Amino acid sequence: MGKKVAIFRKEHFNAAHRLFNPDWDDAKNMEVFGKCALPNYHGHNYELIVKIIGEPDEKTGYVMDLKKLSDLIEEKIIERFDHKNFNLDTEEFKNLNPTAENIAIVIYELLRPHIDQEKDLQIRLYETPRNFVEYPVD
Amino acid sequence: MVYLTRIEHFNAAHKLYNPNWSKEKNHEVFGKCANENWHGHNFELFVTIKGDPDPETGFIFDAKKLGALVTEKVTEKLDHRNLNVDVDFMKGKLCSIENLVIGIWNELEPHLPPPVQLHCLKLVETAKIYVEYYGNK
Repeated sequence: MGKKVAIFRKEHFNAAHRLFNPDWDDAKNMEVFGKCALPNYHGHNYELIVKIIGEPDEKTGYVMDLKKLSDLIEEKIIERFDHKNFNLDTEEFKNLNPTAENIAIVIYELLRPHIDQEKDLQIRLYETPRNFVEYPVD
Repeated sequence: MVYLTRIEHFNAAHKLYNPNWSKEKNHEVFGKCANENWHGHNFELFVTIKGDPDPETGFIFDAKKLGALVTEKVTEKLDHRNLNVDVDFMKGKLCSIENLVIGIWNELEPHLPPPVQLHCLKLVETAKIYVEYYGNK
């Protein structure tokens, strides 16, 4: 076994959303999601931390070139979600409630095909400085 | 004279959009911030008051009461709202943080009991952008 190292890249984006289950009426949505269900949306400064685990390459010493990882996150995630409304502006959340949990899963699935399959990928997403999620879980 | 700061926070949606301009002109001036379907932020509000400590309490003003006042007069109106659509004191105004901090000052300042004076509001929109307002001086 070689020596595995975790590398991290931090990016951020701003977006609007609301939490809403269309199968429920407004009263039930307010009961479950509280102010997060208000109809005219609210928003957050999301902070995204992408973690890649693997053995450093013998020739470069890199697990992955962090500049390339940054460019990949910019192209696949930030351009898609920054200054957007998750509910209205994105294909991914047309039929999916844009909770931090679901956003983290979607980000993982958007990035996974573009990262060496031998490397592990984990997403940490901060919705506020106090609320954050991780996916996948060990 | 001592300065006391209370920090509160709220999350909200907004867009930067001048209704007197075309969509193209709005995107030219405001860029991504003009997205018609809104975007949003975690805002942080720093409320700084000034005064002399009361001889009986040692307080300029009870910081817990200041927090409750800011919540009642300001953050309850803003938290999880759309600043362009839901907030009475921003109606008809451009929803920049410059205008928002002035609006917050006007909502809060009349409710501070004399001799407590509002000194400064600092409103943080992102980790890289904030404004400060010291009243209409």
